[in-house]
Amino acid sequence: MSENRIAVTKTYKLYIGGAFPRSESGRSYPVVDAKGAFLANAAQGSRKDARDAVAAARKAFPGWAGATAYNRGQVLFRVAEVLEGRREQFTAEVAACEGVAVKKAQSLVDAAIDRWVWYAGWTDKVATVLGASNPVAGPYFSFSVPEPTGVVAVLAPQQSSLLGLISAVAPVIATGNTAVVVTSQDRPLPAVTLSEVLATSDLPGGVVNVLTGRTAEIAPWLASHADVNALDLTGAPESTRADLERAAAGTVKRVLRARPSEDFTREPDLARLRAFLEMKTVWHPIGV
Amino acid sequence: MWEYAPAPESRDIANLKPNYRMFIDGQFVEGAGEPLKTVNPGTEEVLAEVSTAAPADVDKAVKAARRAYDRVWGRMPGAERAKYIFRIARLIQERSRELAVLESLDNGKPIKESRDVDVPTAAAHFFYHAGWADKLGYAGLGPDPRPLGVAGQVIPWNFPLMMAAWKIAPALATGNTVVIKPAETTPLSALVLAEIIQQADLPPGVVNILAGAGDVGSAVVSHPDVDKVAFTGSTEVGKLIQRQLAGTGRKLTLELGGKAANIVFDDAPLDQAVEGIVNGIFFNQGHVCCAGSRLLVQESVADELLEKLHARVSTLRVGDPLDKNTDVGAINSREQLTKIQELVETGDAEGAQRWTSACPLPDKGFYFAPTVFSNVSQAMRIAREEIFGPVLSVLTFRTPDEAVAKANNTPYGLSAGIWTEKGSRILWAAQKMRAGVVWANTFNRFDPTAPFGGYQESGFGREGGRTGLEAYLDV
Repeated sequence: MSENRIAVTKTYKLYIGGAFPRSESGRSYPVVDAKGAFLANAAQGSRKDARDAVAAARKAFPGWAGATAYNRGQVLFRVAEVLEGRREQFTAEVAACEGVAVKKAQSLVDAAIDRWVWYAGWTDKVATVLGASNPVAGPYFSFSVPEPTGVVAVLAPQQSSLLGLISAVAPVIATGNTAVVVTSQDRPLPAVTLSEVLATSDLPGGVVNVLTGRTAEIAPWLASHADVNALDLTGAPESTRADLERAAAGTVKRVLRARPSEDFTREPDLARLRAFLEMKTVWHPIGV
Repeated sequence: MWEYAPAPESRDIANLKPNYRMFIDGQFVEGAGEPLKTVNPGTEEVLAEVSTAAPADVDKAVKAARRAYDRVWGRMPGAERAKYIFRIARLIQERSRELAVLESLDNGKPIKESRDVDVPTAAAHFFYHAGWADKLGYAGLGPDPRPLGVAGQVIPWNFPLMMAAWKIAPALATGNTVVIKPAETTPLSALVLAEIIQQADLPPGVVNILAGAGDVGSAVVSHPDVDKVAFTGSTEVGKLIQRQLAGTGRKLTLELGGKAANIVFDDAPLDQAVEGIVNGIFFNQGHVCCAGSRLLVQESVADELLEKLHARVSTLRVGDPLDKNTDVGAINSREQLTKIQELVETGDAEGAQRWTSACPLPDKGFYFAPTVFSNVSQAMRIAREEIFGPVLSVLTFRTPDEAVAKANNTPYGLSAGIWTEKGSRILWAAQKMRAGVVWANTFNRFDPTAPFGGYQESGFGREGGRTGLEAYLDV
């Protein structure tokens, strides 16, 4: 290979409904590395892109929520396999975005893949662990099962470009929700590459939709959107959090108020799975 | 047909006092707010005068709760907390007849409901949660989940004692202290519960009970030293509270309104279904957030079902809440009666076909005859808005898919009913329903072991069961 070979640079796009469109607004913004050097232009998602993403997520919801837990688990494990295959690419992007050494980036990528596998394994266990047969005082059979809450808008962490992103997205879809993700504003490249992984991993189009752009610009539309059922505030800029919560109140959305300072290298628990589940209780009389 | 002779319960059993005071820091105190008169909706007579809270009283109550949390309750071993909660449960049972009569006097609900549902369920909630107090590590929320601190709670007028129990019992079991405000029109049973709490010798400040209207509730939920807010009431107020708490980081659970669909398939046992429909919408005068207020009937059996339903509803006895033979009692307030009347008029105006039971209504008091609208379309206000009264809207469907689509065509999502003999169809429909509680071949069942709560604009969070503990723990 010639030392003077010119690299083929990549055009980064949005990921909506299983396709990779540019922003309908035609806008893009420059992404730079930790030292300020130009990396690429990313699509700057708009209000219309956000609405398209919500429509795609809603359309995908019945199929994904209705799939068997085993099937969802299979798809998520497949995602992990494809992630593993792209380990080097993710490492390079995380190193560039986050300004960490390659070794550190490698460990973050490994943790992210392992995190995905951990959540993949929960798809067919969460109902056993959180559900219940309720011993009611009467001749009834009563049971409670966790169900996905619907379309979840995820404001991905700003700092942790891959591990944080995966820690936020995996629990949402493992439980059968569909997601509209707004990536880290300044570090979006691993998220776009994750989109390519998701697109080639049997995940139905629309289950995860990825928007790059300005979080503060896109988030209010998602927070107030009547067809969004829950909102993960993790990556919301501090100055916008209260406004977003207020906007979410208009449709009584579930809001996960995780802080941007969350340490994603810490062992996860069930909190992020529980946050996007509804408990449904079903009763039936017992008799002959 | 045989007529029932009146069988009134004695109102003396309620031990009604002319004045009721609020409960702060273990003491009954006069609030600095304007006293309110609580009215018997069955007769419109004033029952008692109740002192209410001014902002300074709210502050006093929250301070007392904070002190009790820091010094006593938050650090008390669960096994000890359990014994106090168990005591409250027993005392409720011992005074159950008194509480039932008081509840019917103040709320207007039939004595058979306060006696057989409200009071026993309230006691059951304390029993159930007493057992959790020393077992929280087994709730699946981590090995040693911590309480949140001071819980500010606001409850509605439809189940005054039962709602107080639903709120107070889990808060105490998880180690939180409480400032609770019952509704303006129904403060009495909660203030008698305060006596019970005093009899149980609960440490001062662990439970504080304030009286007053929405302004007091608003002061409780927005108090900066409250760590957790629990609200049951209208969706409108729920949204306000969620807005108010935005950015504060305080934990919130909401149990809001509903417009439940009760779906009757063509193979349903119709007579049983009729009983369930009646229980679904006329229980507690329809003052139930999870009431089955939209009846969806498969077209092929609609005429037959409607005929049976009219015949059955005609037999409901409306009147004196203290009469043991009363099926439908009084509407809780004049204001609520007016709201029901207004919404019912929109049903007429929008072209629905109205049928009202010919039952006699008492001359005095707030009553509304059981009413069934047929030929209702999904766009009508009576099919979309919560009426919170004894008014049923009947819609029809042809296929199971259409039934589910119509049932889910609402921003609410609290409950649903399904009537069919086919087991697989029950489970299919239950799975498709966007509702927190689904009753199949039954309706309006409640139990402390069974989580209760809504989807979408019916709120978030659950009450009851292991799931319900999450609302009061830092997890």
